[in-house]
Amino acid sequence: MSLLEVKSLTKRFGGLTAVNDVSFSLEAGAITAIIGPNGAGKSTCFNVISGFYAATSGRLFFEGADITALPLHAVARRGIARTFQTTALFANHSALDNAIAGYRQRTRSGFFDALLRTPRERREEREAREHAYEALRFAGIESSAARIAGSLSQEAQKRLAIAIAIVARPKLVLLDEPVAGVSGDQMAQHGELIARMSQAGFTVCLVEHKMDLVMGLADRIVVLHHGRKIAEGTPAEIRADDAVVEAYLGTAVA
Amino acid sequence: MRTRTLPAAWSLTAILALALPAVVHNPYYLQVIVGGYVTAIAVYGLNVILGYAGQLSLGHAAFFGIGAYTVALLETRAGLSFWPALAAGCALSVAIGYLVGAISLRTRGHYFAIFTAAVGVMIGVVFTNDQQLTNGNIGIVNIPPPAPIGPISFESPVAKYYLVLAALAFAIWIVARVRYSLLGRTLLALASNEDLAASVGIDVMRAKRLAFMLATFLAGLAGGMFAIFVGFLGPDSSGLDVSFDMLLYLIVGGAGTIAGPLVGTLGIVVLTQWLQGFEHYKLLVFGPLLIVLVRFFPAGIAGGFARLRWRRTATP
Repeated sequence: MSLLEVKSLTKRFGGLTAVNDVSFSLEAGAITAIIGPNGAGKSTCFNVISGFYAATSGRLFFEGADITALPLHAVARRGIARTFQTTALFANHSALDNAIAGYRQRTRSGFFDALLRTPRERREEREAREHAYEALRFAGIESSAARIAGSLSQEAQKRLAIAIAIVARPKLVLLDEPVAGVSGDQMAQHGELIARMSQAGFTVCLVEHKMDLVMGLADRIVVLHHGRKIAEGTPAEIRADDAVVEAYLGTAVA
Repeated sequence: MRTRTLPAAWSLTAILALALPAVVHNPYYLQVIVGGYVTAIAVYGLNVILGYAGQLSLGHAAFFGIGAYTVALLETRAGLSFWPALAAGCALSVAIGYLVGAISLRTRGHYFAIFTAAVGVMIGVVFTNDQQLTNGNIGIVNIPPPAPIGPISFESPVAKYYLVLAALAFAIWIVARVRYSLLGRTLLALASNEDLAASVGIDVMRAKRLAFMLATFLAGLAGGMFAIFVGFLGPDSSGLDVSFDMLLYLIVGGAGTIAGPLVGTLGIVVLTQWLQGFEHYKLLVFGPLLIVLVRFFPAGIAGGFARLRWRRTATP
């Protein structure tokens, strides 16, 4: 069953068509990678799906429901989480507080709960803390829980961003270049973390440049070039696809 | 809140505040302190919208004015007693805050600051120029003190001192409760990174609007207290310069901290009084002092202490 369906998605910025009539679907439980040369429209695609940008035309269906016009926070509450290319964190807060903020969408306590410290407030705070620790543990940074997010290493920050994304147990996690700026040996560990996310039941969709990582991880690959989808298939199919090879390497001269 | 020194410091502050009228007999000094308390209530409101939610409102004094004028006019013209007038003042301040917030909070950063400054100026113009409503620059005189509750009368300066102190304690209680709650975390998160907050499912607009309503409530409460503690109300109380004064108190005390508004407001108000004799030369003291503060306590006085404590406990 497909979890997310992208139908004829187009996004224009003035005269520039960043995403042009792209359709694909994400299968529940699978890892799908969106690849393509620089400027292919991969991140724009993510930004439209997550509600960051409004689509110029086309439709998005999540679990069968039309989410095209939903604002950012409403998309998140449906169960779509994302990370950002330039790792976004609550930089001046502790790692634990970052993860707790990620869990806020699952809690209902408001102003009067805060004033009166109602049982609901206390229960939800405890619940948020437990889930936050669990997410940090899953991402492998539990020992850094008390540290200020901005002071963590680049690699740990990437892990924290994933913890923030998964703490509320979304159905779909969009990872925008999860290993950008991560060094060689740590890259394998990140690949392992993403594989574990899939095993834990998250449907994962990632935008990534590192081909060896993508080929090893992805169940399916969607290839974008100049805003259009030029290929879709398993890693083996993509490797053998002439259009893809051409897009990446150019055409033979003679 | 997690260490033992903090509750001890607050208890000591409370005892000092309660004992103050027994020590300070000069009614003028007491008046200065009460004035500081009143302003501090409003600064606590500014702390919610700026210190927690990260949105710079420059129209804060106008909401203080709405609370003050509502109380003054309802008491002197409609013959209402203080308590319902105060409730009406707070309600009107929040209602106007809701409307202003619903529009202005869609903008971010400088735009929100400029918008709220403009709203503040507009409301100030009404206070100054609407002769029929507010008496313009002449102001409103003889605003009666609250009617007695049982045996407690609010005529004397000492009684008014305790009334304002109670209101201040109420404001601090609200702000502290919000700070250490899921709602408080939500506000701090959106102040830290609004895009990320929205992408983890936080309704940013709703959270900001709530923070703004709480801020305008406290401004209105402070205004209502101001109206009865002086007994006179003019448009000077609510101008743009007052908004900037409040901002100064908050930044010096420490935005986002619980002690900050009280420390900053009382500190500067009392210092200003001390230096009154120097007239314009007092700026020679203020200037360097501000530079030292910004250089060594960029997070304000309370923020600086919090940071020192954090460093002490964080070192293994």
